[in-house]
Amino acid sequence: MRAVCWQGIGEVGVENVADPRILNPRDAIVKVSSTAICGSDLHLYDGYVPAMYRGDILGHEFMGEVVDLGPGVTNLSIGDRVVVPFPISCGNCYFCEKELYSLCENSNPNAHLAEKLWGHSPAGIFGYSHITGGYAGGQAEYVRVPFADVGPLKVPDALDDEQVLFLSDILPTGYMAAEQCDIEPGDTIAVWGCGPVGLFAIQSAKLLGAGRVFAIDRFPERLAKAQAAGAEIAFNYEEVDVLETLKDLTGGRGPDACIDAVGMEAHVHGVMHVYDRVKQAMRLESDRPAALRQAILACRSGGTVSVPGVYGGFIDKVPFGSIVNKAITIKSGQTHVHRYMRPLLERIESGEIDPSFIITHRIDLDDAPLAYEAFRNKEDECVKVVMRP
Amino acid sequence: MSTESFEPSRSARPRSAAAPYASPYTSYSEWSDEEIYAEQYEEPRIDPHRLANVLGWFSIGLGLAEVLAPRALGRAIGVGDRPQIMRLLGMREIASGLGLLSQRSTQAWAWSRVGGDAMDLALLGIAARDERADPKRIAFAAAAVTSVAALDLYASRALSSVQALEPAEIVSESRAINSTPEALYAFWKNVENLPRFMSHLESVTPTGERTSHWVAKAPAGMSVEWDAEIVRDDPNEGLSWQTVPGSEVTHEGTVRFEPDPAGRGTVVRVQVRYIPPAGKLGVQLARLFGEEPKLQIKDDLRRLKQLIETGEVATTLGQPAGRRSLIGRATLGRRMQ
Repeated sequence: MRAVCWQGIGEVGVENVADPRILNPRDAIVKVSSTAICGSDLHLYDGYVPAMYRGDILGHEFMGEVVDLGPGVTNLSIGDRVVVPFPISCGNCYFCEKELYSLCENSNPNAHLAEKLWGHSPAGIFGYSHITGGYAGGQAEYVRVPFADVGPLKVPDALDDEQVLFLSDILPTGYMAAEQCDIEPGDTIAVWGCGPVGLFAIQSAKLLGAGRVFAIDRFPERLAKAQAAGAEIAFNYEEVDVLETLKDLTGGRGPDACIDAVGMEAHVHGVMHVYDRVKQAMRLESDRPAALRQAILACRSGGTVSVPGVYGGFIDKVPFGSIVNKAITIKSGQTHVHRYMRPLLERIESGEIDPSFIITHRIDLDDAPLAYEAFRNKEDECVKVVMRP
Repeated sequence: MSTESFEPSRSARPRSAAAPYASPYTSYSEWSDEEIYAEQYEEPRIDPHRLANVLGWFSIGLGLAEVLAPRALGRAIGVGDRPQIMRLLGMREIASGLGLLSQRSTQAWAWSRVGGDAMDLALLGIAARDERADPKRIAFAAAAVTSVAALDLYASRALSSVQALEPAEIVSESRAINSTPEALYAFWKNVENLPRFMSHLESVTPTGERTSHWVAKAPAGMSVEWDAEIVRDDPNEGLSWQTVPGSEVTHEGTVRFEPDPAGRGTVVRVQVRYIPPAGKLGVQLARLFGEEPKLQIKDDLRRLKQLIETGEVATTLGQPAGRRSLIGRATLGRRMQ
């Protein structure tokens, strides 16, 4: 089959590889009908996530048709059309029973690597480095799905791929980011980063009762989409002082909650950006936390900073004094996708949400290398790429 | 090993400074040294650990010279201009040096220096036949390598005998498993289940009411076999076993199944006392490749948890991938460090 493989920093290629097969009783094989490139795939592309190996198959946002099943999967049938959540979760462990699916204790065969870096291991993740299991991903014609009796969600034929594909990651991720803000009616929310996750966080914050949502980015097309998603004001951080503007907009108090939908490769202008780039290049700091720093400083006293953006290692110059003295609550985590898929599917079915508005590029799997480059460089107004194998 | 002392015992022998740390949980069985350490050894005249340090720094110094000034060094020892080979040899020296200074598996790294000396002598022999070579300088270099080799050999042998006599490793690990003590006890008591989560085992076959025959994988496709006996059996609470006298491998273990105080499943505690077979190349190699008993038991317990909770062991072995690099092929599929 054809699969998008990581070939080194800044290099992906479509290679012919063996078809996947059932390895464990609870496995399924899914024939991929649609798959997307996630912003977090760019962290792999740019080499900021360790334990990637040449030949690793990428991709954790995908859906398709069940074509083979292990004897342990009884709730699916061959031919079912399913969306697959990006964390691999057993459904049996302490965390899965608490619906904290991305913390599954049993799905990472390389848990010892994660324990070294993070203290404990999260769930395995499709196509996301050997630290989270080294599972072959879904940017391919076929993919093996472990614990298929727990993860895949059957989707009705009436909805097309583009409406349901993002249930695999970014829609629940944006939703969880907003849910973590414990929004009270009328609350003001600021969102850093108007990529797919930021856009869904804006949309979800409105659904959950936020009064005003402010969006921060630097690309006009993304700022326009933020307004389409429900942001009252979307502004370019290169043109205005973010902290001053947010104070102005909130009578000096600051937003009730701030969402960092940027993560480890944040860009700001000025001295701090140079500082972070240099430290990151010298491996003195693994992640650049510019958005996170701003979010913490901007947040009102007693407010919440919610972090759906991906961080992998260590960050520097984080204003922890601000967290302590303003009594800030920080909430983060890989998304417990399984928990949100069904309720969000219902909202899609009822027409309340149509996630397809973020898609800017529809391409063939063979064009993945070009798409990665365009998405990374934000060329051609690229916000979201969907590929059909 | 006493079979009566399952409860925490404070009357155990005083621990020497080198004895591993023991938490309150790990002292539920009492070990006696006398029956295991029959072997005696001669007191080395030079402290081998100190010698290993000196050789480590020597390795790094020589290695740096080979990497940074390969041409000058080549001329000095009379082998002529061979910068590439010299740089490779330099990297080997640096690796051995760092290994020795790291204070882990020192004897294996010391042996790696002995191997390196043999390689150097062989290369000098080859170089001597070259017309560009300076035979006098090569002879001098060979004499220097030979004397260092003698030191390396001395250090390796001394370290091997010292480490063989250092206290046996007592390894303790625990993991919370979403199951009952009864189910876990029954699973473990059926010894044929053990290879399903102890990855280094090939098979365990019951040979009697309390006895079983174990076959374990060893490096280079070899296997190690021994017989073990259950020496303590507390239904639904725990088991202790040990190898029968005269086995190639000496090992004692205890597993306890404790209900979690908050009712969140069962805490499985394993304590294994493991005596490396002194001087056996297999164990040296296993150490060099990082198969430490502690990591092994940790991984085994993780797999037991997966098997009990989910019915399978999470794996990616056998999945497709694109073209791998040499490093990927060497690393993937084995336990990554």
